[in-house]
Amino acid sequence: MRSILRLAAVAAIAAPVLVAATAALAADAEAGREAYERVGCYTCHGYEGQGAGTGPKLAPDPLPYAALSNFVRQTSGAMPPFTPAVLPEEDLQNIYTYLQSIPQPPDPGDVPLLQDIQ
Amino acid sequence: MANNTDSNSTDGQAVDRRKFIKGAAIAGAAAVAADGVKAAILPQGDAVSATPSVMRPSSSYAQAELATSSVSMPSQYPGVSNGKPGSDYMVDVIKTLDIDYIITNPASSCRGLHESLVTYGGNTAPELLTTMHEESGTAMGHGYFKVSGRPLASLCHGTVGLQHAAMAVYNAWCDRAPVIMMIGNEMDAQHRRPGTPTLHAAQDPAAMIRDFTKWDDQPASLQHFAESMVRAYKIALTPPYEPVLIVLGEVMQDEVPEPGAVEHFSIPKVAIPAPPTGDGNAVRETAAMLVGAEYPVLVADRAARTQAGMQALVELAELLQAPVVDQGGRMNFPNMHHLYHRGGAAIRRADVVVGLELTDMWGTVNDMSDTVHPTQGPVVRPGTRLVSIGVGDIYVRANYQDFQRYQPVDIAIGADAEATLPLLIEAVKSQLTDAHRANIEARGQQLRDAYARARANTPAQAAASAWNASPISGARLSAEMWELIKNEDWALVSRDQSISAWPHRIWDFRQYHQWIGGPGGQGVGYGLPAAVGAALAHREHGRLAINIQNDGDCMYAPGALWTAAHHRIPLLSVMHNNRAYHQEVMHLQRLCSWRQRGYDDARWRIATTIEDPFVDFAKLADSMGVASIGPIDNPNDLAPALRRAIDIVKGGEPALVDVITQPR
Repeated sequence: MRSILRLAAVAAIAAPVLVAATAALAADAEAGREAYERVGCYTCHGYEGQGAGTGPKLAPDPLPYAALSNFVRQTSGAMPPFTPAVLPEEDLQNIYTYLQSIPQPPDPGDVPLLQDIQ
Repeated sequence: MANNTDSNSTDGQAVDRRKFIKGAAIAGAAAVAADGVKAAILPQGDAVSATPSVMRPSSSYAQAELATSSVSMPSQYPGVSNGKPGSDYMVDVIKTLDIDYIITNPASSCRGLHESLVTYGGNTAPELLTTMHEESGTAMGHGYFKVSGRPLASLCHGTVGLQHAAMAVYNAWCDRAPVIMMIGNEMDAQHRRPGTPTLHAAQDPAAMIRDFTKWDDQPASLQHFAESMVRAYKIALTPPYEPVLIVLGEVMQDEVPEPGAVEHFSIPKVAIPAPPTGDGNAVRETAAMLVGAEYPVLVADRAARTQAGMQALVELAELLQAPVVDQGGRMNFPNMHHLYHRGGAAIRRADVVVGLELTDMWGTVNDMSDTVHPTQGPVVRPGTRLVSIGVGDIYVRANYQDFQRYQPVDIAIGADAEATLPLLIEAVKSQLTDAHRANIEARGQQLRDAYARARANTPAQAAASAWNASPISGARLSAEMWELIKNEDWALVSRDQSISAWPHRIWDFRQYHQWIGGPGGQGVGYGLPAAVGAALAHREHGRLAINIQNDGDCMYAPGALWTAAHHRIPLLSVMHNNRAYHQEVMHLQRLCSWRQRGYDDARWRIATTIEDPFVDFAKLADSMGVASIGPIDNPNDLAPALRRAIDIVKGGEPALVDVITQPR
């Protein structure tokens, strides 16, 4: 009984924290979506990070943040580098949160139009 | 072809029109001065000539002309000419050539031929079509040829009309498409009407496009016209196919020639030269390279000119089990074949690369980065042997750089690739040994396995991403279209790179006519009119022509929609309406990043987007008589809209569906 009460007490304390964290994550995702469009990531990678002939797929399941950040900052290839002066760290983190928030696409097997595509 | 033996007959009542008009003007002026009543009806302050006028019709001008001619001429109807005018002879010549249509924006400098085509010629073979812009009319001819294999003529006003057409001529030049350009022009200053007609005349109007046409002439007589027109047709249709230009004298069109001038008029027979084929030794040497290669790769840009050319390339590729990298200038290779490749991965692995009618051999085997510190260098392995087969080596001009950078090769065969392929196939067959066949079979199995792995669910999985997104993804758009057209006799009459080539990833292209490649010179404004021209060629076969239409391209000359409606050209246009010039968006983004200036949509939207206001393409099309649906931004609304539009097109009319799309 004592354990249950203790657990309930912990839960009572933790719940608002979790709610707040989720809200913050949502806020970051929305800020990230706004930054993703403002900076123009979508022009090459699509509004949902799905990728295109002009840029690879980014979401869902983006690269680990360190790898993504390293590429965005250091690339010298077809994609121009986005240094902190151009894309502040906070914006990049928010963009990453947005990419993480993009849901999984439907299974092609569940989409009739995609079932015959090989 | 037989000479037209009737064409040199003239009316014995013919009158020299220049002498006739001169006499009428003098006599008419005197008559007006003597007749106060008639003088009173002349516009105040205007000196009205008695010569036929191109001015806006008005009762005063009409009465003035009536007044002057009614008292001065010996004939019963002095204001008319008698006999067969020069432009009728021109029609006789044109009718001996296989020209289905002449596309024109009407112009005073071509009025003689215009009138002859629609009356004397009966407006058939060729039929006159109306374009709203000479660039569009020329691009229609470009698209028409790539489907039909027959050239159209583009009839333009002298100077300004040709200036309008120039970009489309350049596209056709770069894309090896023969369009027969015809313009009106008058060299003789004493016979040019003052003002606009003289502003629109030039000493050498062909000069402005001579660097990107194969041949031109300004004939000085009707016999000269007959020979030059036939020569122009012949030159245009000899590989490399290219545009040509004939300049038509205005007086020569309008006037009835003196009997002596046409006494021996005859129309030469045309015989199109066989395309040049590769030298036997060079072909055998190439075959030896291919047979002995570890990983030979064929690269095709405009390799195929016909279905037979495409089939020959398939035969060669299968014989060698060699990947074919299709650069897409034409429908070179079936896209669902296990040897079909796009992109350069196969080239990086090759030990022999054979380029077939490439625009850019250097760019095929080298890379140059578009970075702040550009790098460049080969992408092929050291020691890779290179062969080029194409007409680029035997026909080149200096000014415009469509020949690209110089690429050294091991064997250069200056010949038409399609005509050379059968020789190369035979040479390969004759050199194959059992050991070669074993290697080839093993390579083929590896390539079949790799293809199966690449296709297994990969396109479907990629297409599923953003499946329900709005704006609508290129994959969703292409999949919805494929479901509705796959059992039709369809053809794609546009490029698909702007939607990440999704049709080529999903649709099953098997026939030469199912794809027309790109614009050649990459000049924007080609897409819509070329699609209309291609759809015109498909019309006689009852095919469903589909145009995935970029919004920016459409806005260059949307009047091509009216041409499609007016001439009942069945074409399904599906707008790729991403509301921006996205390639330029990306360039601006690149420069902002290089320069560390930050990148914010408050700035990058300047002069790159098509918004505020958005263009309503459905209304635009509707205003020109094209049935239209949209804008559509919900992917679930696509199928019913496309189905309705396809029904309209199958009924013989054009239709447009405006789809709001992802950038690429």
